[in-house]
Amino acid sequence: MMFNWLQKLGSRVLLRLSSLGAALVMLLQSLLVLPGPRGWQRLTQQLYVVGVQSFIIIFVSAGFIGMVLGLQGYTLLVDYGSEQAVGQMVALTLVRELAPVVAALLFAGRAGSALTAELGLMKATEQLASLEMFGVDPLHRIVAPRFIAGLISLPILVIIFNLVGVYGGHLVAVEWLGVHSGAYWGNMQAAVDFSDDVMNGLIKALVFATLVTWTALYQGYTCVPTSQGISEATTRTVVYSSLMILGFDFILTALMFGGL
Amino acid sequence: MAKKWLEISVGGLLVAGIAALLVLALQVSGSHLGGASGQYRLTALFDNAAGLSAKARVTLAGVTIGEVDQVSIDKQTLMARVDMSIDSAVDYLTLDSSASILTAGLLGEKYVGLSIGAEEEVLADGDMIEDTQSALVLEELIGQVLLNLGGD
Repeated sequence: MMFNWLQKLGSRVLLRLSSLGAALVMLLQSLLVLPGPRGWQRLTQQLYVVGVQSFIIIFVSAGFIGMVLGLQGYTLLVDYGSEQAVGQMVALTLVRELAPVVAALLFAGRAGSALTAELGLMKATEQLASLEMFGVDPLHRIVAPRFIAGLISLPILVIIFNLVGVYGGHLVAVEWLGVHSGAYWGNMQAAVDFSDDVMNGLIKALVFATLVTWTALYQGYTCVPTSQGISEATTRTVVYSSLMILGFDFILTALMFGGL
Repeated sequence: MAKKWLEISVGGLLVAGIAALLVLALQVSGSHLGGASGQYRLTALFDNAAGLSAKARVTLAGVTIGEVDQVSIDKQTLMARVDMSIDSAVDYLTLDSSASILTAGLLGEKYVGLSIGAEEEVLADGDMIEDTQSALVLEELIGQVLLNLGGD
Protein backbone atom coordinates (compact mmCIF):
# COMPACT_ATOMS: atom_id res chain seq x y z
CA MET A 1 0.00 0.00 0.00
CA MET A 2 2.70 2.40 1.10
CA PHE A 3 4.91 1.35 -1.79
CA ASN A 4 2.07 1.82 -4.25
CA TRP A 5 1.62 5.35 -3.08
CA LEU A 6 5.34 6.07 -3.28
CA GLN A 7 5.52 4.57 -6.75
CA LYS A 8 2.64 6.76 -7.93
CA LEU A 9 4.32 9.84 -6.51
CA GLY A 10 7.63 8.92 -8.11
CA SER A 11 6.12 8.27 -11.51
CA ARG A 12 4.28 11.59 -11.40
CA VAL A 13 7.43 13.50 -10.51
CA LEU A 14 9.36 11.74 -13.27
CA LEU A 15 6.61 12.54 -15.77
CA ARG A 16 6.66 16.21 -14.80
CA LEU A 17 10.44 16.34 -14.98
CA SER A 18 10.54 14.68 -18.38
CA SER A 19 7.95 17.11 -19.77
CA LEU A 20 9.97 19.99 -18.32
CA GLY A 21 13.03 18.60 -20.09
CA ALA A 22 11.06 18.20 -23.32
CA ALA A 23 9.89 21.79 -23.06
CA LEU A 24 13.47 22.98 -22.60
CA VAL A 25 14.64 20.91 -25.58
CA MET A 26 11.80 22.35 -27.67
CA LEU A 27 12.76 25.89 -26.74
CA LEU A 28 16.47 25.37 -27.44
CA GLN A 29 15.83 23.58 -30.74
CA SER A 30 13.60 26.38 -31.95
CA LEU A 31 15.95 29.17 -30.91
CA LEU A 32 19.39 27.74 -31.72
CA VAL A 33 18.84 28.08 -35.46
CA LEU A 34 19.72 31.14 -37.48
CA PRO A 35 16.59 32.96 -38.68
CA GLY A 36 15.82 32.45 -42.35
CA PRO A 37 15.61 35.24 -44.94
CA ARG A 38 11.92 35.78 -44.19
CA GLY A 39 12.46 35.62 -40.42
CA TRP A 40 11.83 39.33 -39.89
CA GLN A 41 8.56 39.17 -41.74
CA ARG A 42 7.34 36.26 -39.60
CA LEU A 43 8.43 38.09 -36.45
CA THR A 44 6.52 41.20 -37.50
CA GLN A 45 3.42 39.12 -38.19
CA GLN A 46 3.63 37.59 -34.70
CA LEU A 47 4.40 40.91 -33.03
CA TYR A 48 1.13 42.11 -34.48
CA VAL A 49 -0.84 39.10 -33.19
CA VAL A 50 0.84 38.90 -29.78
CA GLY A 51 1.66 42.53 -29.10
CA VAL A 52 -0.55 44.95 -30.99
CA GLN A 53 -3.71 42.93 -30.45
CA SER A 54 -3.07 42.88 -26.67
CA PHE A 55 -2.59 46.64 -26.59
CA ILE A 56 -6.21 47.69 -26.05
CA ILE A 57 -6.85 45.37 -23.08
CA ILE A 58 -3.57 46.48 -21.47
CA PHE A 59 -4.38 50.15 -22.06
CA VAL A 60 -7.89 49.97 -20.61
CA SER A 61 -6.93 47.84 -17.58
CA ALA A 62 -3.97 50.08 -16.80
CA GLY A 63 -6.20 53.15 -16.85
CA PHE A 64 -8.70 51.65 -14.45
CA ILE A 65 -6.05 50.19 -12.13
CA GLY A 66 -4.30 53.56 -11.94
CA MET A 67 -7.60 55.27 -11.17
CA VAL A 68 -8.46 52.76 -8.44
CA LEU A 69 -5.00 53.17 -6.91
CA GLY A 70 -5.42 56.93 -6.94
CA LEU A 71 -8.82 56.69 -5.28
CA GLN A 72 -7.82 54.10 -2.66
CA GLY A 73 -4.52 55.84 -1.95
CA TYR A 74 -6.25 59.17 -1.47
CA THR A 75 -8.94 57.89 0.91
CA LEU A 76 -6.28 56.01 2.89
CA LEU A 77 -3.74 58.83 3.08
CA VAL A 78 -6.11 61.74 3.60
CA ASP A 79 -6.74 60.53 7.17
CA TYR A 80 -3.08 61.17 7.97
CA GLY A 81 -3.01 64.49 6.13
CA SER A 82 -0.42 63.16 3.71
CA GLU A 83 -2.48 62.81 0.56
CA GLN A 84 0.44 64.35 -1.38
CA ALA A 85 2.13 60.96 -1.09
CA VAL A 86 -0.52 59.42 -3.34
CA GLY A 87 1.69 59.90 -6.41
CA GLN A 88 4.51 58.00 -4.76
CA MET A 89 2.14 55.20 -3.76
CA VAL A 90 0.55 54.88 -7.19
CA ALA A 91 3.89 54.90 -9.03
CA LEU A 92 5.73 52.48 -6.75
CA THR A 93 2.82 50.02 -6.63
CA LEU A 94 2.52 50.06 -10.40
CA VAL A 95 6.17 50.03 -11.37
CA ARG A 96 7.29 47.41 -8.90
CA GLU A 97 4.36 45.00 -8.75
CA LEU A 98 1.04 45.62 -10.41
CA ALA A 99 2.14 46.52 -13.92
CA PRO A 100 4.34 43.45 -14.53
CA VAL A 101 1.99 41.03 -12.76
CA VAL A 102 -1.37 42.24 -14.09
CA ALA A 103 -0.03 42.81 -17.60
CA ALA A 104 1.45 39.29 -17.59
CA LEU A 105 -1.82 37.76 -16.33
CA LEU A 106 -3.79 39.58 -19.03
CA PHE A 107 -1.15 38.61 -21.57
CA ALA A 108 -1.50 34.95 -20.56
CA GLY A 109 -5.26 35.16 -21.04
CA ARG A 110 -5.20 37.20 -24.23
CA ALA A 111 -2.10 36.05 -26.13
CA GLY A 112 -1.01 32.84 -24.38
CA SER A 113 -4.33 31.05 -24.79
CA ALA A 114 -4.52 32.14 -28.44
CA LEU A 115 -1.03 30.78 -29.10
CA THR A 116 -1.89 27.40 -27.55
CA ALA A 117 -5.15 27.14 -29.47
CA GLU A 118 -3.46 28.10 -32.72
CA LEU A 119 -0.66 25.56 -32.34
CA GLY A 120 -3.09 22.91 -31.14
CA LEU A 121 -5.30 23.40 -34.17
CA MET A 122 -2.26 23.31 -36.44
CA LYS A 123 -1.38 19.98 -34.87
CA ALA A 124 -4.94 18.63 -35.05
CA THR A 125 -5.27 19.51 -38.74
CA GLU A 126 -1.78 18.01 -39.34
CA GLN A 127 -0.28 21.25 -40.59
CA LEU A 128 2.78 20.69 -38.41
CA ALA A 129 3.22 17.19 -39.85
CA SER A 130 2.90 18.47 -43.42
CA LEU A 131 5.52 21.14 -42.75
CA GLU A 132 7.87 18.39 -41.63
CA MET A 133 7.13 16.40 -44.79
CA PHE A 134 8.19 19.41 -46.85
CA GLY A 135 11.44 19.40 -44.92
CA VAL A 136 10.56 22.56 -42.96
CA ASP A 137 11.28 22.45 -39.25
CA PRO A 138 8.03 23.52 -37.52
CA LEU A 139 9.95 24.46 -34.36
CA HIS A 140 12.00 26.92 -36.31
CA ARG A 141 9.19 28.13 -38.56
CA ILE A 142 6.26 28.27 -36.14
CA VAL A 143 7.54 28.26 -32.54
CA ALA A 144 10.59 30.54 -32.69
CA PRO A 145 8.98 33.71 -34.11
CA ARG A 146 6.08 33.41 -31.65
CA PHE A 147 8.42 33.00 -28.69
CA ILE A 148 10.57 35.99 -29.63
CA ALA A 149 7.48 38.09 -30.34
CA GLY A 150 6.18 37.33 -26.83
CA LEU A 151 9.55 38.21 -25.32
CA ILE A 152 9.56 41.61 -27.05
CA SER A 153 5.86 42.41 -26.61
CA LEU A 154 5.28 41.95 -22.89
CA PRO A 155 8.02 44.35 -21.64
CA ILE A 156 6.72 47.01 -24.06
CA LEU A 157 3.17 46.44 -22.85
CA VAL A 158 4.38 46.71 -19.23
CA ILE A 159 6.06 50.06 -19.94
CA ILE A 160 2.83 51.34 -21.48
CA PHE A 161 0.87 49.90 -18.53
CA ASN A 162 3.09 51.86 -16.11
CA LEU A 163 2.62 55.12 -17.92
CA VAL A 164 -1.12 54.80 -18.47
CA GLY A 165 -1.60 53.75 -14.84
CA VAL A 166 0.33 56.73 -13.51
CA TYR A 167 -1.77 59.08 -15.63
CA GLY A 168 -4.94 57.28 -14.50
CA GLY A 169 -3.92 57.93 -10.90
CA HIS A 170 -3.20 61.55 -11.83
CA LEU A 171 -6.68 61.88 -13.34
CA VAL A 172 -8.41 60.77 -10.13
CA ALA A 173 -6.07 62.17 -7.47
CA VAL A 174 -5.20 65.51 -9.07
CA GLU A 175 -8.04 66.36 -11.43
CA TRP A 176 -10.95 65.05 -9.37
CA LEU A 177 -9.82 64.93 -5.73
CA GLY A 178 -7.66 68.01 -5.81
CA VAL A 179 -4.20 66.80 -4.77
CA HIS A 180 -1.64 69.38 -5.83
CA SER A 181 -0.18 68.42 -9.21
CA GLY A 182 3.35 69.46 -8.25
CA ALA A 183 3.17 67.35 -5.08
CA TYR A 184 1.87 64.36 -7.06
CA TRP A 185 4.79 64.40 -9.51
CA GLY A 186 7.37 65.70 -7.03
CA ASN A 187 6.77 62.97 -4.46
CA MET A 188 6.76 60.41 -7.23
CA GLN A 189 10.05 61.59 -8.69
CA ALA A 190 11.67 61.67 -5.26
CA ALA A 191 10.57 58.11 -4.49
CA VAL A 192 10.93 56.26 -7.80
CA ASP A 193 14.42 55.31 -8.89
CA PHE A 194 14.89 54.47 -12.56
CA SER A 195 17.29 51.55 -12.22
CA ASP A 196 15.99 50.17 -8.90
CA ASP A 197 12.28 50.40 -9.59
CA VAL A 198 11.54 50.81 -13.30
CA MET A 199 14.28 48.49 -14.53
CA ASN A 200 13.57 45.80 -11.92
CA GLY A 201 9.93 45.91 -13.02
CA LEU A 202 11.04 45.36 -16.60
CA ILE A 203 13.24 42.43 -15.58
CA LYS A 204 10.14 40.91 -14.01
CA ALA A 205 8.26 41.52 -17.25
CA LEU A 206 10.97 39.71 -19.22
CA VAL A 207 10.86 36.71 -16.87
CA PHE A 208 7.04 36.57 -17.04
CA ALA A 209 7.13 36.87 -20.84
CA THR A 210 9.46 33.87 -21.02
CA LEU A 211 7.25 31.83 -18.69
CA VAL A 212 3.94 32.65 -20.39
CA THR A 213 5.05 32.30 -24.00
CA TRP A 214 7.07 29.17 -23.31
CA THR A 215 4.19 27.49 -21.48
CA ALA A 216 1.70 28.47 -24.18
CA LEU A 217 3.86 27.18 -27.02
CA TYR A 218 4.77 23.94 -25.25
CA GLN A 219 1.16 23.20 -24.32
CA GLY A 220 0.03 23.85 -27.88
CA TYR A 221 2.84 21.88 -29.46
CA THR A 222 2.33 18.80 -27.29
CA CYS A 223 -1.45 18.84 -26.89
CA VAL A 224 -3.65 15.87 -27.70
CA PRO A 225 -4.81 16.71 -31.25
CA THR A 226 -8.53 16.52 -30.59
CA SER A 227 -10.99 19.31 -29.85
CA GLN A 228 -11.08 18.27 -26.19
CA GLY A 229 -7.30 18.08 -26.07
CA ILE A 230 -6.96 21.60 -27.44
CA SER A 231 -9.44 22.98 -24.94
CA GLU A 232 -7.61 21.25 -22.07
CA ALA A 233 -4.25 22.54 -23.28
CA THR A 234 -5.60 26.10 -23.50
CA THR A 235 -6.94 25.89 -19.96
CA ARG A 236 -3.62 24.49 -18.73
CA THR A 237 -1.77 27.36 -20.40
CA VAL A 238 -3.77 29.98 -18.55
CA VAL A 239 -3.71 28.15 -15.20
CA TYR A 240 -0.02 27.22 -15.25
CA SER A 241 1.07 30.64 -16.53
CA SER A 242 -0.93 32.49 -13.90
CA LEU A 243 0.39 30.34 -11.06
CA MET A 244 3.96 30.66 -12.31
CA ILE A 245 3.63 34.43 -12.69
CA LEU A 246 2.46 34.83 -9.09
CA GLY A 247 5.01 32.38 -7.68
CA PHE A 248 7.95 33.83 -9.58
CA ASP A 249 6.78 37.32 -8.66
CA PHE A 250 7.25 36.51 -5.00
CA ILE A 251 10.72 35.07 -5.61
CA LEU A 252 11.77 38.03 -7.76
CA THR A 253 10.38 40.55 -5.28
CA ALA A 254 12.24 38.84 -2.45
CA LEU A 255 15.47 38.97 -4.46
CA MET A 256 15.03 42.55 -5.71
CA PHE A 257 13.39 44.42 -2.84
CA GLY A 258 13.42 42.01 0.10
CA GLY A 259 17.11 42.41 0.82
CA LEU A 260 17.83 38.70 0.40
CA MET B 1 -2.51 47.08 -48.04
CA ALA B 2 -3.42 44.84 -45.09
CA LYS B 3 0.24 43.91 -44.70
CA LYS B 4 1.30 47.55 -44.74
CA TRP B 5 -1.19 48.37 -42.00
CA LEU B 6 0.07 45.41 -39.95
CA GLU B 7 3.67 46.58 -40.22
CA ILE B 8 2.71 50.17 -39.37
CA SER B 9 0.90 49.05 -36.22
CA VAL B 10 3.85 46.91 -35.09
CA GLY B 11 6.20 49.84 -35.66
CA GLY B 12 3.76 52.06 -33.78
CA LEU B 13 3.77 49.69 -30.79
CA LEU B 14 7.59 49.68 -30.65
CA VAL B 15 7.78 53.48 -30.89
CA ALA B 16 5.05 53.85 -28.25
CA GLY B 17 7.02 51.53 -25.95
CA ILE B 18 10.25 53.48 -26.32
CA ALA B 19 8.47 56.83 -25.94
CA ALA B 20 6.67 55.56 -22.83
CA LEU B 21 9.99 54.40 -21.33
CA LEU B 22 11.44 57.86 -21.94
CA VAL B 23 8.49 59.61 -20.29
CA LEU B 24 8.70 57.09 -17.43
CA ALA B 25 12.37 57.93 -16.92
CA LEU B 26 11.89 61.70 -17.06
CA GLN B 27 8.45 62.29 -15.55
CA VAL B 28 8.01 59.39 -13.11
CA SER B 29 11.51 58.63 -11.85
CA GLY B 30 12.79 62.17 -12.34
CA SER B 31 16.04 61.32 -14.12
CA HIS B 32 17.86 64.16 -15.84
CA LEU B 33 19.05 63.82 -19.41
CA GLY B 34 21.91 66.29 -19.18
CA GLY B 35 23.34 64.91 -15.92
CA ALA B 36 24.78 67.57 -13.60
CA SER B 37 24.80 70.37 -16.17
CA GLY B 38 22.61 73.33 -15.37
CA GLN B 39 23.12 72.91 -11.63
CA TYR B 40 25.58 74.08 -9.00
CA ARG B 41 26.46 72.50 -5.70
CA LEU B 42 26.08 73.90 -2.19
CA THR B 43 26.82 72.33 1.17
CA ALA B 44 25.46 72.98 4.62
CA LEU B 45 26.33 71.60 8.07
CA PHE B 46 23.48 70.67 10.39
CA ASP B 47 23.61 69.60 14.05
CA ASN B 48 21.02 66.97 13.23
CA ALA B 49 19.79 65.83 9.81
CA ALA B 50 17.47 63.10 11.07
CA GLY B 51 15.14 61.81 8.35
CA LEU B 52 16.76 63.69 5.47
CA SER B 53 17.92 61.47 2.62
CA ALA B 54 19.36 61.78 -0.87
CA LYS B 55 16.91 63.01 -3.55
CA ALA B 56 14.95 65.02 -0.98
CA ARG B 57 13.71 68.37 -2.29
CA VAL B 58 15.44 71.70 -1.73
CA THR B 59 12.92 74.52 -1.77
CA LEU B 60 12.90 78.29 -1.73
CA ALA B 61 9.62 79.84 -0.60
CA GLY B 62 7.98 76.45 -1.10
CA VAL B 63 9.15 76.09 -4.71
CA THR B 64 11.48 73.18 -5.52
CA ILE B 65 14.79 74.52 -6.81
CA GLY B 66 17.05 71.49 -6.40
CA GLU B 67 17.64 68.24 -4.59
CA VAL B 68 19.87 66.72 -1.91
CA ASP B 69 22.77 64.70 -3.39
CA GLN B 70 23.99 63.04 -0.23
CA VAL B 71 23.93 63.25 3.54
CA SER B 72 27.16 62.33 5.34
CA ILE B 73 29.15 63.07 8.50
CA ASP B 74 31.66 65.92 8.33
CA LYS B 75 34.77 64.45 9.98
CA GLN B 76 36.16 67.73 11.37
CA THR B 77 33.05 69.06 13.06
CA LEU B 78 31.18 65.74 13.47
CA MET B 79 28.07 67.43 12.14
CA ALA B 80 25.75 66.25 9.36
CA ARG B 81 27.02 67.47 6.01
CA VAL B 82 24.31 67.88 3.35
CA ASP B 83 25.36 68.29 -0.29
CA MET B 84 22.74 69.85 -2.55
CA SER B 85 22.39 70.55 -6.28
CA ILE B 86 20.60 73.79 -7.09
CA ASP B 87 19.25 74.79 -10.52
CA SER B 88 21.66 77.29 -12.04
CA ALA B 89 18.70 79.51 -12.94
CA VAL B 90 18.44 80.23 -9.19
CA ASP B 91 21.50 82.54 -8.97
CA TYR B 92 20.21 84.93 -6.34
CA LEU B 93 20.87 83.00 -3.10
CA THR B 94 22.73 85.52 -0.95
CA LEU B 95 25.80 84.66 1.14
CA ASP B 96 23.81 84.90 4.38
CA SER B 97 21.01 82.61 3.20
CA SER B 98 19.83 80.16 5.81
CA ALA B 99 18.88 76.49 5.43
CA SER B 100 16.53 74.54 7.65
CA ILE B 101 15.28 70.98 7.57
CA LEU B 102 11.50 70.96 7.42
CA THR B 103 8.76 68.33 7.30
CA ALA B 104 5.99 68.18 4.71
CA GLY B 105 2.82 67.60 6.70
CA LEU B 106 2.74 65.93 10.10
CA LEU B 107 4.24 62.62 8.97
CA GLY B 108 5.55 63.68 5.57
CA GLU B 109 9.05 63.54 4.09
CA LYS B 110 11.84 65.84 5.18
CA TYR B 111 13.09 68.55 2.85
CA VAL B 112 15.50 71.46 2.97
CA GLY B 113 13.99 74.94 3.00
CA LEU B 114 16.21 77.86 2.06
CA SER B 115 15.50 81.48 2.85
CA ILE B 116 17.33 84.44 1.45
CA GLY B 117 19.24 86.98 3.55
CA ALA B 118 20.09 90.61 2.97
CA GLU B 119 23.67 90.56 1.60
CA GLU B 120 24.66 91.76 -1.86
CA GLU B 121 26.95 88.88 -2.80
CA VAL B 122 25.48 85.52 -3.86
CA LEU B 123 26.46 81.90 -3.23
CA ALA B 124 28.48 80.20 -6.00
CA ASP B 125 29.34 76.59 -6.83
CA GLY B 126 30.93 74.78 -3.86
CA ASP B 127 29.99 77.40 -1.26
CA MET B 128 28.71 76.56 2.20
CA ILE B 129 25.55 77.87 3.85
CA GLU B 130 26.55 78.99 7.34
CA ASP B 131 23.20 79.65 8.96
CA THR B 132 21.40 76.34 9.49
CA GLN B 133 18.55 75.04 11.57
CA SER B 134 18.33 71.34 12.35
CA ALA B 135 15.62 68.79 11.84
CA LEU B 136 12.86 68.69 14.39
CA VAL B 137 13.19 65.42 16.28
CA LEU B 138 9.91 64.61 17.94
CA GLU B 139 11.47 62.63 20.82
CA GLU B 140 13.79 65.50 21.76
CA LEU B 141 10.92 67.97 21.61
CA ILE B 142 8.78 65.82 23.90
CA GLY B 143 11.77 65.35 26.21
CA GLN B 144 12.20 69.13 26.49
CA VAL B 145 8.53 69.68 27.15
CA LEU B 146 8.61 67.06 29.93
CA LEU B 147 11.73 68.67 31.41
CA ASN B 148 10.10 72.11 31.43
CA LEU B 149 6.93 70.73 33.02
CA GLY B 150 9.03 69.04 35.68
CA GLY B 151 10.85 72.32 36.44
CA ASP B 152 7.70 74.26 37.21
